[in-house]
Amino acid sequence: MNELSPTSTEPKAQHWFTIGRLSDIPRRGARQVLLPRGPIAVFRTQTDEVYAIDDKCPHKGGPLSQGIVHDGAVTCPLHNWVIDLQTGDAMGADQGCVRTYEVRKDADGLVSVSLSGGSGKTE
Amino acid sequence: MTIRKKLVVIGNGMAPGRALERLLEKAPDAYEITIFNAEPRVNYDRIMLSPVLSGEKSYEDILIHDDAWYAEHGLTLKKGCKATAIDREKKQVTGADGSVVDYDKLLIATGSSPFIIPIPGKDLDGVLTYRDLDDVEAMLEAAKSGGSAVVIGGGLLGLEAAAGLKERGMDVTVLHLMPTLMERQLDTAAGYLLERAIEARGIKVRTAANTHEIIGEDRVEGVRLDDGTELPADIVVMAVGIRPNGDLARDAGLEVNRGIVVDDAMQTSDPDILAVGECVEHRGTAYGLVAPLYEMAAVVADRLQDGSATYTGSVTSTRLKVTGIDLFSAGDFAEGKDREEIVLRDATNGVYKRLVIQEDKLIGIVLYGDTKDGAWFFQLMRDGASIEEMRETLIFGQNYAGGSPLDPTAAVAALPDDAEICGCNGVCKSKIVGAITEHGLTSLDEVRARTKASASCGSCTGLVEQLMAFTLGDGFVPDAVQPMCGCTDLSHDDVRRLIVAKELKSIPAVMQELEWKTSCGCAKCRPALNFYLVADWPGEYEDDYQSRYINERVHANIQKDGTYSVVPRMWGGMTSSQELRAIADVVDKFGIPSVKVTGGQRIDLLGVPKENLPAVWADLNAAGMVSGHAYAKGLRTVKTCVGTDWCRFGTQDSTGLGVKIEKMMWGSWTPHKVKMAVSGCPRNCAEATCKDIGVICVDSGYELHVGGAAGMHIKGTEVMCSVETEAEALEYCAAVVQLYREQGRYLERIYKWMDRVGLDAIREQVVEDEAKRTALFEKFLYSQRFAQKDPWAERVAGKDAHEFAPMNRIAMREAAE
Repeated sequence: MNELSPTSTEPKAQHWFTIGRLSDIPRRGARQVLLPRGPIAVFRTQTDEVYAIDDKCPHKGGPLSQGIVHDGAVTCPLHNWVIDLQTGDAMGADQGCVRTYEVRKDADGLVSVSLSGGSGKTE
Repeated sequence: MTIRKKLVVIGNGMAPGRALERLLEKAPDAYEITIFNAEPRVNYDRIMLSPVLSGEKSYEDILIHDDAWYAEHGLTLKKGCKATAIDREKKQVTGADGSVVDYDKLLIATGSSPFIIPIPGKDLDGVLTYRDLDDVEAMLEAAKSGGSAVVIGGGLLGLEAAAGLKERGMDVTVLHLMPTLMERQLDTAAGYLLERAIEARGIKVRTAANTHEIIGEDRVEGVRLDDGTELPADIVVMAVGIRPNGDLARDAGLEVNRGIVVDDAMQTSDPDILAVGECVEHRGTAYGLVAPLYEMAAVVADRLQDGSATYTGSVTSTRLKVTGIDLFSAGDFAEGKDREEIVLRDATNGVYKRLVIQEDKLIGIVLYGDTKDGAWFFQLMRDGASIEEMRETLIFGQNYAGGSPLDPTAAVAALPDDAEICGCNGVCKSKIVGAITEHGLTSLDEVRARTKASASCGSCTGLVEQLMAFTLGDGFVPDAVQPMCGCTDLSHDDVRRLIVAKELKSIPAVMQELEWKTSCGCAKCRPALNFYLVADWPGEYEDDYQSRYINERVHANIQKDGTYSVVPRMWGGMTSSQELRAIADVVDKFGIPSVKVTGGQRIDLLGVPKENLPAVWADLNAAGMVSGHAYAKGLRTVKTCVGTDWCRFGTQDSTGLGVKIEKMMWGSWTPHKVKMAVSGCPRNCAEATCKDIGVICVDSGYELHVGGAAGMHIKGTEVMCSVETEAEALEYCAAVVQLYREQGRYLERIYKWMDRVGLDAIREQVVEDEAKRTALFEKFLYSQRFAQKDPWAERVAGKDAHEFAPMNRIAMREAAE
């Protein structure tokens, strides 16, 4: 009844920013987190996975946070590129990649993001 | 004999019970044991409370340890005596009766408490939880006199409580905050099947229901939801979750987060104190299922004998204990790029199975309807066994595992002659094969016409096609059906037909019953399904917000830079100084960079940042303007000329008719956008002959045109018919739009729909068949009752507020760290 995913241990250098609660993000939806260098998009899938990526489509800079979220991907609202939320890679025939950020959920439903880790590619 | 060490146990639930049992088996004389038990009972099986509630078992049946067991092992059980304090310096535990007991080792097993939602009325008489035998007894007492029960929480416990109360003759409603029942354990598809099964037992289910307060004077009388709905209730059962009981440990200065923190040795921050069960937090996880608790108990028993066993966390599985509902889930069933899923749906038998695989290993399982392979899958998952060899047949379960992958045609060939292919029409294999050979049938339609196989629900279409391929060999060319998207083999038309035929009223229902190949669809099928359901079930279907394209979600048009454009409605293209002044004020107030006159006779305000939208709308609303739906797959504009009001050639009041049409049709959702126009004479200044629907006024009445376009394709309209009165013009226009709403494929403009079905077919239904026209008109008006709400005003009032504000901001200094 009461299972919570274990929180991962992180390297000491990494700084985690608490950005809100899981319930702040609609299922199959996204919210923006504003940064001085531009927004990042934080997604929540149907199955409550949370991903954070730059809110900028590699194609023409479309705001990915406004797209339709299906399974582990989002379709950009401008020209329908489909971006894999976990890797940041464009799917299908399109070529491109968007920066991803590490996210974690804690037992109380708080969501945090790390701005130092992550990259265009996840190992 | 050496002096025995003293062990004190706080709590007498299943976890410490199991730990003691194990300890006594191996080392019966190692400790002198005292147990503090807040409940006035011995150890019983809490897992079996549901069968006690439903009447399938009695309290005696679920006892684990009776009084004799405690006596036999020389345990001191302090029944009904709560431990009130731990003194770690003196190594003593104080009980509520004032007694003080020394310990060498202390085991804390204080369990968990039901979570009580902090709402008004939570303390009223008749508000119960579902945790122990007292709760069950209170429920049974209430159920004696019948009446209504509301269960808050559609998780495992809540549903079991609901089923039990229903079994006892109460009228039961389950309220669940999330859209899907048991959303932690199930995906949407399985949640849908579960909801259906629960409802089939006569239990009412309300998902996405937020309880506002419990009403009543001294006793519960009902429950009020956030949306104002009131449900009568004689009892309310809260089953929304549990929280570990860590207070006693916290007061004693032990480390407690969510639960009492233990390491892999089940040891707390004090080396002489261990903890076990639901009060524990291990590696960040608190468990509420029995299997992990027993695993912990085994480690505790070993450690109490100075062993070195470790607990490293549990992989858990869930089964619902409601008779007649088979449900199993385990592991992690989220999607991911490096994961693949195998989905098997059998709509006829209500079966849904989903396996999630990562690197050739099974990591997640959801089974509904047929759970007999649950244990086998779970074992494969826990063992981390490679499933590479059996991937093809894995989903079919243990019996098929290791067999050779099935070639579909070979499988059909192997079926006996009397195997039933089409369940709806009772058509067997030999009948189909016979018809194909005898009549030289080569197409699916011919087979359908001759045998009726796959002619009803269509779910055996694939099987019939395989049978044709098997019978005809290379002579079989399957019909080129364009599937809706990669998530299904069904065409738009098939999906629409089946939504109506099978009365499917939600997206998960469609995906389950029509055997969708993905778990939650894609950006192509979801908006289409959402429209079909909106169009087919007005007033019943609840719009799925996240299946709408962004423009229809935020009621504005997204622009290339991520800002939005705002177009207020101008009825029939008419405006006023007051409206224009309000627009000018909005432009100044919000610094809107561009103002543009559109082709649809209205004004577009471009470059509005999303967070400003509600404030912009509030000002426009205040001046009496509403959304122009310039973003919608729905009615856009009704363009008009000035007609008899001003024009010396005007034959009818074209402006007035345009305004009336727009007032009737605004807010309606259609397969694609619908643009209309009314011209006051054949000079056609409103350009009605390149619109989806156009009206040309003539002396004798109104010429009604359909199927024009002036976009990527230029196409003049065709004349559908002429009518004499304005009322007829309105009725015919609405009827043709309704027919398009019922037959059009999503994103198919009216002219394409007309090319496909033919103008004659439209005329037959709208013009010649009066009864059909009236029915279409009435259906349109009925659905407008639910559609005509100004979306801007709703959002100004606070709807979807999360959409218009960022979740958070991270300032420069912090972000630079």
